[in-house]
Amino acid sequence: METLLAVVIGALYAAAFYLLLRRSIVRMLFGLLLLSNAINLLIFTSGGLTRARPPIVPAGAAEATPPFADPLAQALILTAIVIGFGLLSFTFVLIYRYYQERGSDDTAQMRATDP
Amino acid sequence: MKSLILRATARFLLPLMLLFSVFLFLRGHNEPGGGFVAGLVAAGGYILFAMAYGVGEMRSLLGLEPRSFIALGLTGALASALWPTLAGKPFFTGLWVQISLGPLGKLKLGTPLLFDLGVYAAVFGVMLTIVVGLMEE
Amino acid sequence: MLWGILAIFVLAALAPWLHRAFPRASGWLLALGPAALGGQYLFRAGEIVGGPPLVETHPWVPALGLELAFRMDGLGLLFALLITGIGTLIVVYAGAYLAGDTRLGRFYLFLLAFLGAMLGLVLSDNIFLLFVFWELTSVTSYLLIGFDHEREAARDAALQALLVTGLGGLAMFAGLILLGQMGGTASFAELAARGAMLKAHPLYLPALLLILAGAFTKSAQFPFHFWLPGAMEAPTPVSAFLHSATMVKAGVYLLARLSPALGGTEAWTGIVATTGAVTFLVGGFVALQQSDLKRLLAYSTVSALGLLTWLLGWGNPLAVQAGMTFLVAHALYKGALFMAAGTVDHETGTRDVTRLGGLFGKMPLSGTMALLAAASMAGLAPLFGFVAKELFYEAARDSVWPLWISVGAAMLGSVGTVTVAMMVSVEPFFGRYVATPKAPHEAPLGLWLGPASLALLSLAFGLLPGGPQGLLASAVTAALGEPSSFKLALWHGLNPTLALSLATLAAGGLLYAARGPLRRAFAAAAGPLSYGPTRAYEWTLQALKGLAAGQTRLLQHGYLNYYLLVFLVAILAMIAWPLLFHWDFHLRLPNSGIRVYEGLWAALIACGAGVAVATNSRMFAVVALGVVGYGIAFLYLLFGAPDLAMTQILVETLMLIVLLLGLYHLPGFAKYSRPASRLRDVLLSVAAGALVTLLVLITQQNPHPARLVEYFSKNSVPLGQGRNIVNVILVDFRALDTMGEITVLGIAALGVYALLKLRLKGGGEP
Repeated sequence: METLLAVVIGALYAAAFYLLLRRSIVRMLFGLLLLSNAINLLIFTSGGLTRARPPIVPAGAAEATPPFADPLAQALILTAIVIGFGLLSFTFVLIYRYYQERGSDDTAQMRATDP
Repeated sequence: MKSLILRATARFLLPLMLLFSVFLFLRGHNEPGGGFVAGLVAAGGYILFAMAYGVGEMRSLLGLEPRSFIALGLTGALASALWPTLAGKPFFTGLWVQISLGPLGKLKLGTPLLFDLGVYAAVFGVMLTIVVGLMEE
Repeated sequence: MLWGILAIFVLAALAPWLHRAFPRASGWLLALGPAALGGQYLFRAGEIVGGPPLVETHPWVPALGLELAFRMDGLGLLFALLITGIGTLIVVYAGAYLAGDTRLGRFYLFLLAFLGAMLGLVLSDNIFLLFVFWELTSVTSYLLIGFDHEREAARDAALQALLVTGLGGLAMFAGLILLGQMGGTASFAELAARGAMLKAHPLYLPALLLILAGAFTKSAQFPFHFWLPGAMEAPTPVSAFLHSATMVKAGVYLLARLSPALGGTEAWTGIVATTGAVTFLVGGFVALQQSDLKRLLAYSTVSALGLLTWLLGWGNPLAVQAGMTFLVAHALYKGALFMAAGTVDHETGTRDVTRLGGLFGKMPLSGTMALLAAASMAGLAPLFGFVAKELFYEAARDSVWPLWISVGAAMLGSVGTVTVAMMVSVEPFFGRYVATPKAPHEAPLGLWLGPASLALLSLAFGLLPGGPQGLLASAVTAALGEPSSFKLALWHGLNPTLALSLATLAAGGLLYAARGPLRRAFAAAAGPLSYGPTRAYEWTLQALKGLAAGQTRLLQHGYLNYYLLVFLVAILAMIAWPLLFHWDFHLRLPNSGIRVYEGLWAALIACGAGVAVATNSRMFAVVALGVVGYGIAFLYLLFGAPDLAMTQILVETLMLIVLLLGLYHLPGFAKYSRPASRLRDVLLSVAAGALVTLLVLITQQNPHPARLVEYFSKNSVPLGQGRNIVNVILVDFRALDTMGEITVLGIAALGVYALLKLRLKGGGEP
């Protein structure tokens, strides 16, 4: 399963990079969205895969009984998912406002630092 | 979007989702859940309501500006971090008290709970601010 | 000494207010500062000349062994007296010269700040401290040359002076650091004591060359001399103070200060004396072509600085004695002449000597003073310049160089000096009166006090050479590094030196008589010599600007996708390189088995990504992205992360809502790039994806470190009071991270709010 997931992550990265390299800025945003998901999955896979054993200490026990999924990776990803949303929506609104003001969605038109 | 079905559903779903979010929040420390997820669920409920009845209605139901929840949440989180320093402990030390409720069992309260509440409010505020901002465009 | 220097800086800072409070008397008031300090130095002169130097140390950066070390020996005292004495006169002069100018307060500020920096330079005993003051003088000089900052010529000249002296200063700093490393101390006094060791050190030559670069640029030695005539763009008080009497002598000061430590070697004599002699001749020669009073004086200053360098290059006692004597004589007469030239300019409105004449009748006092100073410059008895020139000729007759070269060069340059002296005094003040833009009359007290004091001092020192003798002997001792005593005398008897002096005067007089044709002939002959270095400087500056513009265009072109492309290629190369060339492990494919539904979900995610890339419909793309997001959420659920699954599903839903809300207002996908570049991007992306896959597999090779996980598992309940380890990490173990994360989230939300709600007022162009 790890090997399969490695291939899936590679595919997600490839798709994300391709979209990021596009001049149409909405596509670029989609690339960013895919990249954010791909990175989360990458961290998740690097933490090691454990089927259906969430890192929860059973009631009454002192510690979780191994094997259980890596809680640290999960904590990192959990905040990353929410922050990713913040970042993406900010980028999206930025693009949206730019389009409103300038009427272009071509990144090659966005060359001046101070329009 | 003035669908009758949506309106009817939203009216029922909002309290249910809020209840669910409180449930997720309270059990989050021991079972799956927690401030992040709970905040998202609560925000989802209000957004659904805004879709059905319009943003204005939702705002009057909420009472506060969505932005204010971000400030509230961050303040709460910061307070939970500073609280232990008043007791001479390092920043962010977890402090817990147990309150016995007699036959109902024991209630555990602590600064991490306050912190989680801060996360809850902040996430709720952030989501609402962004989505409502776009809905008003 | 520190307090004296700091007091000058404080006075500089207060100057603009003082000037506003007492606009008419400010020059006289401010002059009291340097005057008092100079008086104090003079008061203690006897003690220093006869006894050990004054030493003063304050801690600065103790951790680095840096201290504010000051030391006043004969050399430092001589310079400190020149700086404060002439500084006092210049401040008074400036008050009269720029009277009524609204910028006078600022001028005082710069001038006094320079004075403080210059004092610090000559009194510091630490190489780092000296460098700081050295650069401060460069900066204040920049501000003063560019004082008329609305004129482009002034700005260019200021920048030129700053660049030349600043670059030289940097080279010097490197040299000083080398020197400090070689000698194991940052103190000049201790370096001087370790001269023999330093001269034998393998790094001696590099250190010497670097330090000389600083000294030569600061003291305007050929071929770095060109900035000094340019600096004449500064108001005349500045030219008189910085660019003749003090700052340009900083290089000479450094040579004298380091000559016990570094001097006396073949390299030193060869480089320093030769450069000095060449500068002496070039300066005098180019001066003869000039007709602008200030440029005449500037080139003759270059020549004089060359002479000083030359004498210090020889470094034998006689030469150093001549050098120190000439240093004082030059400061006195050149300061006076510059101020007199400024007075003439101020009264007549022109500085072109060919358009001036017969002013003596209108300005007898200024004329007398200018004549006295010029007589000292020409080396006429009984002025101090005569004493200095006699010593110079004696040093030339007794040098290590062949007699005909040293005496010949000395004569040749001195003839030029005599001619220039006549051009700046006789030409404007005598002959037929020529009408000038302004009707001249005698200058006010403030304008003639400075030249008069200096000119009369030239006369007094000439008549009573015993006066400055002790001080000069003490300075010579410091520069030689060994005790030295000498007697200054006006009359040395009828000897060959006197004959040389007389011959010089006669030749100079003849040249002056032929000055008209001479100027034209020299201008034709000396063309490249006078403008060559300037051209080289301008060319270098242009090339530098061109290079900067070119590389900015190359790297900062503004095309976002090319930036990303460069990024991607660079990262790929950096990761692929070690993988390809340092591959030293066997890749085992980790396998925990694949269940059918897991495989299906993985395939679904990959398909979603593929559709998102390939589709031309925005709605389709959004749905495909949703499939990817929900698919990943399900994977989280399958592999023991219910918290993640819930969060991912909720965020994905909200993200879809946001996208659908906004996309409504945005245009559809357009194809902007050509097929060739699309192919390039496809290949690159696939390569990058393959590399990521490889990296994931490589990370799987190593056993997963369990220490952290174990810790969290063991302590979650006892320390965190919670059984959900993920949540305990979030709100307890790593709460500070979470705090940062919700803060970032809040900022992002406020950013969105600001973008949407706060439109610029007035509409139209933002």
